[in-house]
Amino acid sequence: MDLRLTEEQLALQETLRRFIAKDYDFERRRSLALSPLGYSAEAWAQYAELGLLGLPYPEEFGGLGGSGVDIMAVMELVGQGLLLEPYVSTVVLCGGLLRDAAAHAIKEALLPQIAAGKLQIALAAYEAAGRYELAHVASTAVRDANGWRLTGRKSVVLDAPSADYFLLSARSSGNRTDVEGISLYLVRRDAPGLTLQAYPTHSGGRAADLHLQDVYIDDDAVIGAPERALPVIERAVDQGIAALCAEAMGIVTALNAATLNYLKTRKQFGTVLGSFQALQHRMADMFIAAEQARSMAIIAAIQANSDDPATRRRALSGAKAYIGQAARFVGQQAVQLHGAMGVVDELNVSHYFKRLTMIDMTFGDADHHLARFSDALRIEPIGAAS
Amino acid sequence: MNLNYTAAEESFRAEVRAFLAAELPADIRSKVRLGRRLHKDDLVRWQKILYRRGWGAGMWPRRYGGADWSVVEQHIFDEEGAAAGAPPQIPFALRMVAPVLMNFATAAQQNCFLPRIISGQDWWCQGYSEPGSGSDLASLRTSAVREGAHYRVNGQKAWNTLGQYADWIFCLVRTSSDARPQQGISFLLIDMKSPGITVRPIVTIEGEHEINDIFFDNVQVPVENLVGEENKGWTYAKFLLLHERTNNAGIGNCKRALKRLKEIATHQLHNGRPLIEDSRFRDRIAQLELELMALEITNLRVLSAVSTESRAPGPEVSLLKIKGSEIIQQLAELQMHALGHDALPYLREALEADWVPAPLLADHYATFAPPLTGQYFNYRKTTIYAGSTEIQKNIISKLILGL
Ligand SMILES: Cc1cc2nc3c(=O)[nH]c(=O)nc-3n(C[C@H](O)[C@H](O)[C@H](O)COP(=O)(O)OP(=O)(O)OC[C@H]3O[C@@H](n4cnc5c(N)ncnc54)[C@H](O)[C@@H]3O)c2cc1C
Repeated sequence: MDLRLTEEQLALQETLRRFIAKDYDFERRRSLALSPLGYSAEAWAQYAELGLLGLPYPEEFGGLGGSGVDIMAVMELVGQGLLLEPYVSTVVLCGGLLRDAAAHAIKEALLPQIAAGKLQIALAAYEAAGRYELAHVASTAVRDANGWRLTGRKSVVLDAPSADYFLLSARSSGNRTDVEGISLYLVRRDAPGLTLQAYPTHSGGRAADLHLQDVYIDDDAVIGAPERALPVIERAVDQGIAALCAEAMGIVTALNAATLNYLKTRKQFGTVLGSFQALQHRMADMFIAAEQARSMAIIAAIQANSDDPATRRRALSGAKAYIGQAARFVGQQAVQLHGAMGVVDELNVSHYFKRLTMIDMTFGDADHHLARFSDALRIEPIGAAS
Repeated sequence: MNLNYTAAEESFRAEVRAFLAAELPADIRSKVRLGRRLHKDDLVRWQKILYRRGWGAGMWPRRYGGADWSVVEQHIFDEEGAAAGAPPQIPFALRMVAPVLMNFATAAQQNCFLPRIISGQDWWCQGYSEPGSGSDLASLRTSAVREGAHYRVNGQKAWNTLGQYADWIFCLVRTSSDARPQQGISFLLIDMKSPGITVRPIVTIEGEHEINDIFFDNVQVPVENLVGEENKGWTYAKFLLLHERTNNAGIGNCKRALKRLKEIATHQLHNGRPLIEDSRFRDRIAQLELELMALEITNLRVLSAVSTESRAPGPEVSLLKIKGSEIIQQLAELQMHALGHDALPYLREALEADWVPAPLLADHYATFAPPLTGQYFNYRKTTIYAGSTEIQKNIISKLILGL
């Protein structure tokens, strides 16, 4: 076992740390969040130069062949800097999905473009009535003489407004909650019949609800096995979850540092807040929560691309549930211990807290993943009682 | 012991209900129900309607225009109001400065201010906290220097709720630095139109303008606006805080939020089934309902004891503040969670009353989704203001438990 980051990973983090300090301070981030695009196009180009956008792809597709731990190292800094760029959607989720499941020709056409910062893709997998269930797909795909005809709605597609393509799930057979019968389509943003209702999110990014009315797709835009796309989508979402876990860990670390600093400097009753034992113990609990969360983020990063779905389920649902709870605790307490300063827009504490909350609500909240983790226990072999 | 309402209480409830059905304006009701923004005019309009009915300040004694309501009657009124979608009565005037005026002010001050408060003519805000003085309020530094018939006030008040609307501010100011900090504080009433006052908005976590910094630059305040004695303000301030906390359980508001949560969980689907059928989520609702059931009775027990012994509320109101604030926070959190990923969109424009959702949005955007996440964020304040949870626990451990 080796639980340390490599020299390269630490160097990558240092590069990002310097980039954030120089080009992405809190005020800059605030104006980006309010801008029409919602993120920095220049930053995106810089990420491409640094190799971040091709990090998880094989070299033959313009990538660096990086691991889940490499992504974790990046995402921790994405969290600390509250970076707004659609890294998870394009690079981790959709690029990762194409890498794992697309035909060679599609990988060749799209992955180098992603790596170069020229192409963005968003995952359109969730529907309102399904909540966090990826198998709940009511959108339909019907085969006719002109190709696949897609109709339906997708809700809260993250980073949709800036995407060039969507990876979109639709059903060509079965009931709306069946595991089988779901296919995945690569849909151009400007496909006739596709409309977007775009909006900002509470943590500064952009998203949209998608409406499809007779959108036609060719056969070669079907990704993975037709009608058996669910495992492919789940695997990609697991990688997205690992990335979000690392982002949350980065935020928790930053919030703890900010709160600790506040406890050491803010004075009331003639002494620093940190001299009150109730707050010392709270801070100690926050520290413990952060360490535990980091361990779970490591488990998630290492198992995110495991070929065994059961191993992934344990690791990723476990991590998302645990980190959701830990982040809730740390986020709420960081706000609380800052007093009124914790609830103002002017200070980054409230923004970290909002981002943690939105991370919990993305790809299934803590309860959702606790349920999945706990359901998996029912089929676990226990061994004979001794 | 008897948990049933008496016939008189039941008939009071019927009276309140009929009044609300007839008099609560439909536009205000709809804003409250949908969680849209309430503007000053909405709140003042409602106060005036209550005043016309004789219920402008039900708990006040009759001699000041109140209705002498019992604790139970006030509870019924709050509960019915919340259920009907009535807006809250802003507490700064009615429940904070008014009790101080009744107990410590001169007849002239009472006659000047109380009628204008109950009728909704004047809007008051609370000038206690300062950037350096939050939990440790007694360290406040805003100074008032006596110069003939005036005090000259200089300093800064922070986190002032809805001061942008206010006609008057009641302020704690330092009039002496000689003795213990608590002994040099005075309670001043200041006209917000006085030259030298600047109100600077502070945007809070959810993106709204609810609080302000207020700066005092050589503001002249007539000596008649001092309440009680100079340097005795801390006594009045503490009296006020205890009154403030009696209101913090917010049972009516919690009950409305609980009902709303159940509606949302019934409407929202989880893999095609109503979310409320999911036992994990339902257990969370159940847990909160239990807390609220207990707090409703605790609240009545504590407040009735105060009222039958006709004394000022004591440290026991701290527990109402702690529990009430935690319950409303958790209700708001569950409401947000019920939305699933629909909690992510930030539709700021959707908080205005005339907002019509784009046709591509799901139908719950019109009925409940847009304000819920912001409300969860906003309600983080409830465990911070009016004496933080930590400060309330210090009070309980010291003053009740003797630790
Ligand atoms: C939305 C909002 C509206 C407000 N409206 C008003 C208003 O209208 N008028 C007004 O005067 N004020 C208002 N306040 C201010 C409020 O009263 C203060 O925020 C509160 O008193 C806490 O002070 P502080 O923010 O300075 O936090 P601090 O006092 O700095 O406290 C920071 C943290 O330390 C904890 N702490 C402090 N002392 C101790 C201790 N001895 N033991 C253990 N823990 C401790 C606190 O609980 C808190 O968690 C408002 C605040 C908010 C957030």
